[in-house]
Amino acid sequence: MSEAASGSEPETTTGTPLGRGPAIRVLPRLDDANRFFWTSGAEGVLRFLRCERCRRYVHPPAPLCPYCEDGQGHLEPEAVSGRGRLHSFTVNYQQWIPDDGPYVVGLVTIDEQDDVRLMTNIVDCAESELTADMPVEVTFEAQEDVWLPLFRPAGGSRFRPPGGSR
Amino acid sequence: MTDFLERRAVISGIGQSKIGRRLGRSAVDLTVEAGLAAIADAGLTRHDIDGLATYPGGGMGGEAFAGPTSPEVQDAMRLKLNWHDGGGEGPGQIRAVFAACLAVAAGLARHVLVYRTVTESTAQGSGGRQGIGGAVSGGGRVPRFSGSFQWMLPFGAVSAANWLALVATRRMHEFGLRRDQLAWIALNGRANAARNPIAVYRDPMTLDDYLAVRMVTTPLCLYDCDAPCDGSTAVVVSHADYAPDAPNPACHVNAIGTALQGRPSWDQFDDMTTMAARDAAASMWKRADLRPSDVDTAQLYDGFSIITMVWLEELGFCAKGESGAFVEGGRAIALDGPLPLNTSGGQLSAGRLHGFGLLHEACVQLRGQGGERQIPRQPEVAVVANGGGPIAGSMLLTRGAG
Repeated sequence: MSEAASGSEPETTTGTPLGRGPAIRVLPRLDDANRFFWTSGAEGVLRFLRCERCRRYVHPPAPLCPYCEDGQGHLEPEAVSGRGRLHSFTVNYQQWIPDDGPYVVGLVTIDEQDDVRLMTNIVDCAESELTADMPVEVTFEAQEDVWLPLFRPAGGSRFRPPGGSR
Repeated sequence: MTDFLERRAVISGIGQSKIGRRLGRSAVDLTVEAGLAAIADAGLTRHDIDGLATYPGGGMGGEAFAGPTSPEVQDAMRLKLNWHDGGGEGPGQIRAVFAACLAVAAGLARHVLVYRTVTESTAQGSGGRQGIGGAVSGGGRVPRFSGSFQWMLPFGAVSAANWLALVATRRMHEFGLRRDQLAWIALNGRANAARNPIAVYRDPMTLDDYLAVRMVTTPLCLYDCDAPCDGSTAVVVSHADYAPDAPNPACHVNAIGTALQGRPSWDQFDDMTTMAARDAAASMWKRADLRPSDVDTAQLYDGFSIITMVWLEELGFCAKGESGAFVEGGRAIALDGPLPLNTSGGQLSAGRLHGFGLLHEACVQLRGQGGERQIPRQPEVAVVANGGGPIAGSMLLTRGAG
């Protein structure tokens, strides 16, 4: 039984509010290799590079498929389901910068291929509900020209995120 | 027996500067102090030193992390060098020592001064520890990041503490590791630090203290994170034929571990319950003519306690996933136990000398110069391990030529 009250905001196990991420989000510098990834959330989907020949997903972006022996497997961005598993997580309590409150750093593997991992924030989930291997689904947070893929418990959450998430 | 080249090298001298919190001295000043101490300890003078190496030197992090560049130190000591090296990429901080071993084996140099200097405590001042990108908070435009950091910093995963906490959580899930087991890395370090007059934290610590202290990033608490300090450690790596002339017992290099087979990444490594330590340790044992059961003391990287747990397993002191039970209660790793661990207090209590403090301590113990903290049964074989996550190097040292 979770100690977080249904419908309220997610909390840590000590009852303090659990934020959606750090106080300031340091953003990626967009370039031709990573732009597809960081802007894909504008369409509400998560994309990874996928080899047109061996069909494996490759992350982070690479110039050519590292799995094709001849190094000639061509990679193209392809949408995935946005569903995955929480491989591991940590609730960060350290105030690395002023105004940082507790937030969850998650390491998510995507359902399509379990060696494709993303570091992310787990949102709309109380600390007491976090367990390794729990199913999660993507939700995006827009920051300037970047759509950050965050993840929340699959199948919806009891928590209503403040300000609305996409 | 194969003649692995690192066996032609010995550590003939060791030295340290003053070590402490916020010394307010420059990195080059501390380095010269440590360097001169190591050179004298080796029975040499500056004129005998013909090689110089450091980790990482310029270009990685700020100077408080990187220490002085090798040209700065060369010039400050007016060294005439036949070989020199500095760099942050390679098998852990100890890579600089590996490079020196190969240089003396190849005849590029005869006596190499190797140093690692940190002034992170002074740089940190009265504020807390910062994450990567943490300096962005002072107002103004936040810089953007390319490369591997772009996958971590947007989500506030700004420190190795966060990245390694993911390893710890996964180990709790797969192996049932508990915090009251992990605690023994910190408790053991603190017990040993009480016998080390220059350790930065020496007050006794109990399991209750550990369990009550604030969290940094679950499941890692403050006492799972090492203590930033100022200080320099230097060693002299000499050709083994100098060993009989060295005034102190030379520490012979039996094997070095340098492999990295998994993806070189904090988050994409193939097995998140382990680290590059797996590959480095395996490659070291392939080159060694000793076994884990021959090791009398282990000086294993403890930038974060969970790293030490992984090294204990990957070096073969216990089975995979069983380090929790192995360290629980502290008997197995105590100063008078079967595998004395981090006998100076390690980085958790003696201070974050970034790998080289552990190397120094291995030599102190092999030489029988540990004073109040000397391992009661004189060790003949020591293992040193540096690095966590995708960074790992290990080294097997012996008291005699073996």
